[in-house]
Amino acid sequence: MKSIKKILGLVWIILGPAAMAFMAWQAWDKIGQAEPGIAQTNTALQWGIILLIFIPIAIGLVIFGKYAWAGEYEKLPESSEEI
Amino acid sequence: MNEPNKQNSIFKVIGASSLGTLIEWYDFYIFGSLATIIGAKLFPADAGASALINTLAIFAAGFIVRPFGALVFGRLGDLIGRKYTFLLTLVLMGGSTFLIGLIPSYETIGYAAPILVLILRLVQGLALGGEYGGAATYVAEHAPKGKRGFFTSWIQTTATLGLFLSLGIIVLSKNIIGAEAFADWGWRIPFLLSILLVGVSIYIRLKMHESPMFTKLKTEGNISKNPLKESFNNKGNFKMVLLALFGATMGQGVIWYTGQFYAQSFIENTCKIDFNDSRYILLWGIAFATPFFVVFGSWSDKVGRKWIMLIGMLLGIIFYRPIYQLFLDKSDVTTWNTSAILKENAPIVTRHALHSEGDSIITSSSRVNLINGASFNVVSIDTVYADANKMIGHAQVVKDKVLPTSTFWLFVGLVFFQILLVTMVYGPIAAFLVELFPTKIRYTSMSLPYHVGNGVFGGLVPFVATLIASFAGSTPLSGLWYPIGIAALSFIIGAVYLSNKKDENVND
Repeated sequence: MKSIKKILGLVWIILGPAAMAFMAWQAWDKIGQAEPGIAQTNTALQWGIILLIFIPIAIGLVIFGKYAWAGEYEKLPESSEEI
Repeated sequence: MNEPNKQNSIFKVIGASSLGTLIEWYDFYIFGSLATIIGAKLFPADAGASALINTLAIFAAGFIVRPFGALVFGRLGDLIGRKYTFLLTLVLMGGSTFLIGLIPSYETIGYAAPILVLILRLVQGLALGGEYGGAATYVAEHAPKGKRGFFTSWIQTTATLGLFLSLGIIVLSKNIIGAEAFADWGWRIPFLLSILLVGVSIYIRLKMHESPMFTKLKTEGNISKNPLKESFNNKGNFKMVLLALFGATMGQGVIWYTGQFYAQSFIENTCKIDFNDSRYILLWGIAFATPFFVVFGSWSDKVGRKWIMLIGMLLGIIFYRPIYQLFLDKSDVTTWNTSAILKENAPIVTRHALHSEGDSIITSSSRVNLINGASFNVVSIDTVYADANKMIGHAQVVKDKVLPTSTFWLFVGLVFFQILLVTMVYGPIAAFLVELFPTKIRYTSMSLPYHVGNGVFGGLVPFVATLIASFAGSTPLSGLWYPIGIAALSFIIGAVYLSNKKDENVND
């Protein structure tokens, strides 16, 4: 189980930036497809908010993966003193 | 305190906390349920400007302000106490909801109307972000050992009951005053009614005492000096925040939104079921499934929280596509016994002139009633071109379907099953989150993963489902890949990294 936790850590490290790249590509594509003017501004606003909120989440997934790779989740704390 | 008094006291705590949280959810949902009418009354007719403000109201309130509210009020709750913080969130939520009901129309005050809606909606999102963590923490810190799942599950019922209450009051108001009056002024009733509910809840909450664990920390001078720093700058705690988000609340959020909101939207917009029927289906599903929040919360005290939540996710991953395929198949009127027509109204024909060159659209609508009680509208749309060389465009839509009785109850069953999965992932999660973090930074630490999981991952279900539906080769079921994918990711992370151990001592 320990090695599965570690190896999956690498998957999470890759998944964070990959998900962001996919979203950025989608944002570029959908904003480009929208009709110029207010519709395009609206699409850009939607995607801007989504990218803004997902950047820290993707960074969080990378950090989660890094902790998993480093074995931080091999033993979870039993009480608050261990945190 | 003797045993009966202790029991009495904890039920008072649950009642007071749950009532306030239920009202907050009610306030948050009526805006979503009445968004179309609000758009028509308070927003400019110019579709572009209206869409822009709407985007801000929906996206900003759900995705940015809610997690931000979790941080602001979580910090406050760990600094000054749970009681006063979730009293403040209640006042903010109730006040802003009431004020939305008082905003004059766009025709009267112009752009001030949508701007006021936007501001008040942001306040709602902020307040909601602070409420849940406070209520769950407050109840858990009063609950005896071994019964934390049972007692906190009452708080968990409030989100679903808030939706039930909002749908119920909307349908009831509409039926009493009529659809026309409701669209004109009656939509304000659910907003204005909120002030009464909030008033009662504030009165009750004012009589409550601070959480015993927080009081103890405060007396000993051990409250956190900087909860944000201690929650997110301390590696030991931050890694648990990340685990809570990716291994539990992320999957829980998508199961929650799919089972309740996506189901309703799919039944109404994709299956074209009648407005009232689609709401009745959801109302029955919620009514039958809600007791299971307490069943699974209580069961988690015996068998642990982890596997109940993860099995709920797994069942969603396996059954979502078959369930939604059944919705599609059974709402297809060609599978109904349409030869047994009771009555078919004469078509109502309208002609709309288009802007250019004398083209026009002819719409013909007729209501078909079947002997088995089902009915539907058949709408034919023909585009007639002034240029005789162009072919007439033709489209036919069957909508406003009232289902045959047996199909109606099948739909209730399918929605019930989805909400049952919601009760599995959501019933034990408050106890799970409370046990993961120490008392002095609990409010802050548990609020953020909860609201990112629900507000961002859950709240994005309709947006991402629509996005996927725009891909080439997509089908009406393609949108489900988002909740299925996120739930699968959360299931794997939860299964591999989470512990099933219940933390008996949260007084630390």
